[in-house]
Amino acid sequence: MEKSLRNEVCPQLLDLISKEREWFVNRDGERRHGLPEEKKLELRLGPPGEDWCVKHNSKNNNQRERDESLLSLGYYSPMASRTHNNNNSNGCQTQMFAASSENPWNSPSVYQHNQQQTKAPSFLQFPSTPKSLPVMSQETPQPCCTKVVDLQSAEKKGFSPSSAKTAVPNSSQKRTAPAPVVGWPPIRSFRKNLASTSSSKPSPESQNAVPDKVVSQKPVETCSKGLFVKINMDGVPIGRKVDLKAYDSYEKLATAVDELFRGLLAAQRDSSAGGIQNKQEEEKEITGLLDGSGEYTLVYEDNEGDRMLVGDVPWHMFASTVKRLRVLKSSELSALSLGSSKQGKLQLDSPMR
Amino acid sequence: MREEMSKDDDRSPPLDLRGADIAESSSKTRNCAGITGSGSGTGTNPMEFQAPYPDQVLENVLENVLQFLTSRRDRNAASLVCKSWFRVEALTRSELFIGNCYSVSPKRATARFARIRAVSIKGRPRFADFNLMPPGWGAHFAPWVSAMTTAYPWLEKVYLKRMSVTDEDLVVLARSFPSFKELVLVCCDGFGTSGLSVVASKCRQLRVLDLIESEVSDDELDWIGSFPESGTTCLESLIFDCVECPINFEALERLVARSPYLKKLRLNRFVSIGQLYRLMIRAPQLTHLGTGSFNLAEGVGQNDQELDYVSAFAACKSLVCLSGFREISPDYLSAIYAVCANLTSLNLSYASINADQLKIVIFQCHKLQTFWVLDSICDEGLQAVAATCKDLRELRVFPIDAREDSEGPVSDVGIQAIAEGCRKLQSILYFCQRMTNAAVIAMSINCPDLEVFRLCIMGRHRPDHVTGEPMDEGFGAIVKNCKKLTRLAISGLLTDRAFSYIGKYGKLVRTLSVAFAGDSDMGLKYLLEGCSKLQKLEIRDSPFGDAALRSGLHHYYNMRFLWMSSCRLSPQGCQEIARALPRLVVEVIRDDGEGMTAESELHMDDTVDILYMYRSLEGPRENAPKFVTILQ
Repeated sequence: MEKSLRNEVCPQLLDLISKEREWFVNRDGERRHGLPEEKKLELRLGPPGEDWCVKHNSKNNNQRERDESLLSLGYYSPMASRTHNNNNSNGCQTQMFAASSENPWNSPSVYQHNQQQTKAPSFLQFPSTPKSLPVMSQETPQPCCTKVVDLQSAEKKGFSPSSAKTAVPNSSQKRTAPAPVVGWPPIRSFRKNLASTSSSKPSPESQNAVPDKVVSQKPVETCSKGLFVKINMDGVPIGRKVDLKAYDSYEKLATAVDELFRGLLAAQRDSSAGGIQNKQEEEKEITGLLDGSGEYTLVYEDNEGDRMLVGDVPWHMFASTVKRLRVLKSSELSALSLGSSKQGKLQLDSPMR
Repeated sequence: MREEMSKDDDRSPPLDLRGADIAESSSKTRNCAGITGSGSGTGTNPMEFQAPYPDQVLENVLENVLQFLTSRRDRNAASLVCKSWFRVEALTRSELFIGNCYSVSPKRATARFARIRAVSIKGRPRFADFNLMPPGWGAHFAPWVSAMTTAYPWLEKVYLKRMSVTDEDLVVLARSFPSFKELVLVCCDGFGTSGLSVVASKCRQLRVLDLIESEVSDDELDWIGSFPESGTTCLESLIFDCVECPINFEALERLVARSPYLKKLRLNRFVSIGQLYRLMIRAPQLTHLGTGSFNLAEGVGQNDQELDYVSAFAACKSLVCLSGFREISPDYLSAIYAVCANLTSLNLSYASINADQLKIVIFQCHKLQTFWVLDSICDEGLQAVAATCKDLRELRVFPIDAREDSEGPVSDVGIQAIAEGCRKLQSILYFCQRMTNAAVIAMSINCPDLEVFRLCIMGRHRPDHVTGEPMDEGFGAIVKNCKKLTRLAISGLLTDRAFSYIGKYGKLVRTLSVAFAGDSDMGLKYLLEGCSKLQKLEIRDSPFGDAALRSGLHHYYNMRFLWMSSCRLSPQGCQEIARALPRLVVEVIRDDGEGMTAESELHMDDTVDILYMYRSLEGPRENAPKFVTILQ
């Protein structure tokens, strides 16, 4: 599973950095354009624990997790997710990089490490057992009903000033929600609704201005839980997860699948080609998922275990029966028998990884 | 004789001769070779246990004496003296404590202890509370209740923590034990109001029904109405503040009216303040009150009810413990002023109030010993607490906004204030976003009675926000200066040095919680090699690997459990432990964030999501769920 990321060796940073820079420039203009060299420093000296913050994004798919934790996931955009699921050999570094860039509040601690020379060796203590990056399945956007709102509110919050004193601050250090982690802080779920039951929201200005009239309402129902299904793609060892509640049509799902896997697929091609990374040119849009016209086709497994073509039944029916998704090479589909249009069942001989 | 015992123990089930807390029901009967009972000559044959013993008088004396022994640790020690003491202790023990439900089987426990009246069983590991483990892991009450129906027909009390209890279990309980008096379910799940209903109606001797932080499903059954309708009840304690469904209030009112012995009543949030009033005037003898929502019922305007809450509270002259305030309307807070002076325990941890609102209350609570509160009161509120509550023993400050990037209205300032004001502090749980070593050090010096220090700096890896240093020195001071410290939870930016301190000075620490801390294997090694009393160790997201795990081989039999999640363990490393220590159950739990779906077996080149290992007399449990692999 994806966990062996933690055992990754830290490969050549130089390769990574150049890739990262392009990655960011390519994807999202509003993201930081901090100097890669500084990021490099961050990487090398980051505290060991940072590996895990991205990994634990995977846990956020856990439907048990309360929405309050998910609120800060609002930040966790598709862009971010792709950076986390970068190429095999760079998985570890990418995580660190992305993690530190998404967690500006971490930066100060990282900078502390800059000062403490002892930090460097500890980082390098990571066991050097290169492994192919295992399935890192869950770095997907995890929308919640309050996603957009919280993204903005998270960004508006002032960064804790006291810890940002030293060294080279991130040039455009916007306050952004760190990738949340399952079960952290260790508060039991029944204590987590408090921010919504009471009408007070903590904010820098109004800490002491809790309104007198607390709305006497029952605690807000947790957001309708996301419907997360795994999705794997032919030729890409890393699976992902999608929240079907975020979409209401097949077209939107297809677009999301394209976004999810486009980069991964390109990365796969890169690594298999063994060539110089040049992501910009390699990435192709994944089209025709639904109508069989593209290189890949979207299929799903339903609650009875049957494999079906995506798109045959009304969306809500699909959403209620789908258990997992797969993106198969269209060329392989033609070899398989398809069922009637009402229930387009596929019989596949070899189970997909 | 104790030296011979030691040698035997190497071959025998794990026991800690140093008297530390152990799985008390571990059985020694089969391995008492070499130990002679009083008066018998050849004690090498385990079968001799069943032979008639000559010295009846001595045994009778022993029985009469041992029955006064109540502490289970004392009893454990007594049971190790010799076979005779072992036998008599087993006969005279009336309270059975099982710290880990899988460390011993119900059959073995009931075989050794024949006259048990009260049973306590703990199940899941604590980190399961925070969704770190898929549901359905285990800890079922069913096999226990089933064994006890035959073994302990006179059972009176059951206390369960983090167990899965079904409605069927409750039915069995209610039907099988005519003397049943007390049921306490803490952090349990799996049952609903239908199970409660059966307990209420069938347990005629019921004195205590306490549901604490448990998940109770709403089967839409009126369980309060299931209590017998006529005659007075024996009820002394009824706690259901965690029950998240409405109750039949009229039935509750009638119940309270005919429960003259009721001392503890904690209502859930579906009881409005108006309804609270009606209950309070019927039960002025209450000592512990959970106020429910402490707000108007929906649809009730503020002017509709002009009830005299002040008098209602004033009438409760015995009230010492106040909690609830689940949906507090701070306007009503003034009603409790009359009782503040007598309060020893106040739980405002569901009440979002600010410093000013708190102050009026807290300035009157001079006798307060236990205080739970939300951080909405800010450092200023804590300063008020420090100024007034000189007798404070336990403080818990919960975050109103439990996210890593929340503002954090409390900080080192609050800790400093409490340290200086509440010198008798014994236990603290504190959630914050900013902390300094200086404040923690101050607490370590000012509060020498500290036994429990749990600091949660919610942002991971946060250093001292003034100096930028790791929090090593603060926690180091705590273990060094607080000589009574038995429980510790650490957070913030921590290097291996923090662990070296804990290993060096934390000689009494029994429970340790570690998250996102340490640099290398050395951290865990320091702990395992240094903390000789360590029994419960839970670690998450820290860079400890197989080598570190190995360094604890000498100690794992003395521990109740070790939990390590998202660390650097490999299945091989864990398997090494399993092979070296046959009496240890080594569970590798897969948690891919999806709950129960685990499609494949554990492969040796996977990484270990969760390692949960514990000593056990029973070996690998049967019926472990698919996401659990028990290594051997």
